Amino acid sequence: MGKWSRRGFISAGVIGGSALLIGVAIRPGNQNSILAPYVTSEGENLVSTWVKIDADNWVTAIVPHSEMGQGAQTALAQMLADELDADWQKVRFLEAPAEDGYANYPLIKGYVLNGTPIPSVLMGTADGVFQRVAKSMHMQVTGGSLSIRSTGLYGMRVGGAAARSMLMDAAATQWQVPVAELSTEMSHVVHQASGKRGTYAEFAAAAGELSPPTVPPLKSPDQFRIMGKSVPRHDIPAKVDGTARFGIDVNFEGMKYATIAAAPVFGATVDSYDAIKAMTMPGVIEVINLGTAIGVVAEGYWQAKQAMSQVNIKWTSTGNDAVETGALFEQFSQAIDNQEPKEDLSVGDAKAAMEGAAKVVEREYRVPYLAHACMEPMNATAQVENGQCKIWIGSQDPLRCKHHVAEALGLEPAAVEVSNHLMGGGFGRRALTDVAIQAAQLSQAAGVPIKLIWSREEDIQHDFYRPAVVSKFRAAVADSGEIQAWENTYVDKHEPVEAPHIPYAIDNQSIGFVDSPTHVPFGAWRSVDHSQHGFFTESFVDELAYEVKEDPYQFRRRLLAGNDRLLKVLDLAAEKGRWTAPLKIGQGRGIALQQSFGSIVAEVVEVTVLKGKVSVDRVTVAVDAGFAVSPDGLTAQMESGVIYGLTAALFGEVEITEGRVKQGNFDSYTMIRMNDAPEIDTHIINSHEHWGGAGEPGTPAVAPALTAAIFAATGTRVRQLPVKNYKFDVEILEEEGA
Amino acid sequence: MAPIEDATDGIQKMIKLIINDQPYEVDVAPDTPLLWVVREQLGLTGTKFGCGIAQCGACTVHVGGNPTRSCVLPVSAVEGLAITTIEGLAGDDALHPLQQAWIDEQVPQCGYCQSGQLMSAAALLQSSPNPSDDEINRAMSGNVCRCGMYGRIRRAIKKVASNEVEIFDPKMETANG
Repeated sequence: MGKWSRRGFISAGVIGGSALLIGVAIRPGNQNSILAPYVTSEGENLVSTWVKIDADNWVTAIVPHSEMGQGAQTALAQMLADELDADWQKVRFLEAPAEDGYANYPLIKGYVLNGTPIPSVLMGTADGVFQRVAKSMHMQVTGGSLSIRSTGLYGMRVGGAAARSMLMDAAATQWQVPVAELSTEMSHVVHQASGKRGTYAEFAAAAGELSPPTVPPLKSPDQFRIMGKSVPRHDIPAKVDGTARFGIDVNFEGMKYATIAAAPVFGATVDSYDAIKAMTMPGVIEVINLGTAIGVVAEGYWQAKQAMSQVNIKWTSTGNDAVETGALFEQFSQAIDNQEPKEDLSVGDAKAAMEGAAKVVEREYRVPYLAHACMEPMNATAQVENGQCKIWIGSQDPLRCKHHVAEALGLEPAAVEVSNHLMGGGFGRRALTDVAIQAAQLSQAAGVPIKLIWSREEDIQHDFYRPAVVSKFRAAVADSGEIQAWENTYVDKHEPVEAPHIPYAIDNQSIGFVDSPTHVPFGAWRSVDHSQHGFFTESFVDELAYEVKEDPYQFRRRLLAGNDRLLKVLDLAAEKGRWTAPLKIGQGRGIALQQSFGSIVAEVVEVTVLKGKVSVDRVTVAVDAGFAVSPDGLTAQMESGVIYGLTAALFGEVEITEGRVKQGNFDSYTMIRMNDAPEIDTHIINSHEHWGGAGEPGTPAVAPALTAAIFAATGTRVRQLPVKNYKFDVEILEEEGA
Repeated sequence: MAPIEDATDGIQKMIKLIINDQPYEVDVAPDTPLLWVVREQLGLTGTKFGCGIAQCGACTVHVGGNPTRSCVLPVSAVEGLAITTIEGLAGDDALHPLQQAWIDEQVPQCGYCQSGQLMSAAALLQSSPNPSDDEINRAMSGNVCRCGMYGRIRRAIKKVASNEVEIFDPKMETANG
């Protein structure tokens, strides 16, 4: 990688204003005249919705996704620039504004079609439908590992190719030559026969007058120049010198600070409060009752925080004041035993197979609630004034933020402007809009602009949690070792719908779920339902392998026979993870496989358990995401997904006691740190199958591979996460309950 | 940034700070943590709030060359001492070698913890130019990276150490002199 000058690159900025924007391939017609005023400055020409070109031949890609560290903005720019045949050294990008016109239609399309490629003849028709869906849902969300596999495939590549085609048409007209004789390279149009060569900038204005083609030709992988390269991310230089601007870094004249205390028991409200002492404290401006929370407004955060501790709040009683985690798990377990499951997947006749089986293996697994714990505590800055509201925030869904704030304040959406910033972690938490609404309400009540910052305790105790889940399994096992039936019932089904499904060839399968609601709010947590079902299904597969006395890797191979794509990933992980290499006493290896968000990931975890302490020595990852747009970016996402999943598996536990969250800060909600972090070795397969996601697929396989490794090392099977609650004795070498 | 000129209210004493070689006078309660003074009074927002109880390291600055959690450090305790924040880590013309290594290894993801990581790493190399893995673990385990970039951080530190790049930090010179 080349050297970077200190401020040589413009990092992602956000363009303001409002516009109705329609992407290429949505429907024919030139929308540039509507769009151009919002995204271009002097000397710049908008060629298509996603592309502008300035007089110095700099290309700007307009990306409709926000940056939380996943690198998607750079990768999306790569996709557009490659199809455009642009000079990567002169490409930059802007984040699209939070406007309905930018509702993410390619994302909805990827989501609804679940990664199924659309035949090109249907593109024009399909896009109109999906754009309407996206707009009505106010979605501009960055999540679901969808940026590249949906926006990139259906938006950025098509946008870049369309712009290239329009530039060539413009050049053909100006040079009076057939367009078929033209080619492009490095942001230039070339006419080989006459030796003519012109910059894109020369044709940008004329190209912008043309109608974008609905289905521009896309490159085949052998023609890629920028896709497939590990280009340095554009957002990184500002992240090493303190100049990167996160939502929490917004600062302007007249702005005041606030912090908040929400009802500790979810659903409770303020019954009464006494702020007399708090109001006498230095810097305190106002104490505001938001109904479900009390906010303190002060000259600085520290003053607000100090004063908050002196506000005496009495909360209403909700009937949930005695809820405990243990009782919730019991509730889930009984719901599974007593309710008729709703069908999730049914193949063959699992019930009949179970009745005639030589052996039935039953297991139950549990996972706890988890908080997201983004490094940047939740925050938003709001200025409500004269019927207008401005929000400064780092959001995974700025458009939804705009609509929710408008709704909460009783304003028209057009009266709310959202200025999106870099996010200090998102992981699903920042797709929610609660903090923006609180900031807006505080600003409205106080009559001043307010930066609301949550304490870390507030962040851990008022999250939308990865749900606590119980999952029960039964398998019918023949004397031959054949797995004849697979039965699984669990609580709490969300998304993606296929998360509990298994790729293994078992003739009879019955998968279902029951509902068992609680008062604990839940939300999407990196890899969503895959985070728990990956642990459940792969743990049970591992246990079945031991039941039939087969090597867990070979057992999976047998059940994947004929599924070459998955086998290749599994084999690569086993090979690179030294599956058959000898182990010392106290060491163990586990393997797991999970297909999620369009990508296939297999992981081998190697642990050492000594004196009861589990050390994770090494994690080997094999991933097939179809095609790695940025191999280093994909590798980084695998590393990140592994640590995120490993943190949860080893330590992650949010407990409910007296209806409220017990944990409060990093002293009680433990994180993996440098001394616990394993070596992570990632291997990529470019299968050129349909492109998959990157941000989440690294997470699900690590917990089951870890617990399988611990079992291999100690003989103790971890069936309820986190691992920290177990005591390990390496002298126990036989499986309990076998 | 120019030093703040502020009218004293006559009750609180103005506190004199030296940050990145710049003198400042601030009018804040003496128990205010340094973190909030640099972020809110001085506008140096590169130093981050992560936990408020010295558990995550996002707020790490150097005080007299030592890595210190500024979220629990009363501003009165550092009056007159040389303080370096992330904004003062680079030299006038060039990045600190660790900053360059952070870019070369593509260390940051969300980047929020990286100011603190870099300040901890810079202090480590100052005291131990070629640290062992154990030394890296000891020096860096106070810093949480939720994106999990520990492997890249370790690689970047080792890269600087093995290149035997001379770590010369002008702020450190001031601090030690």
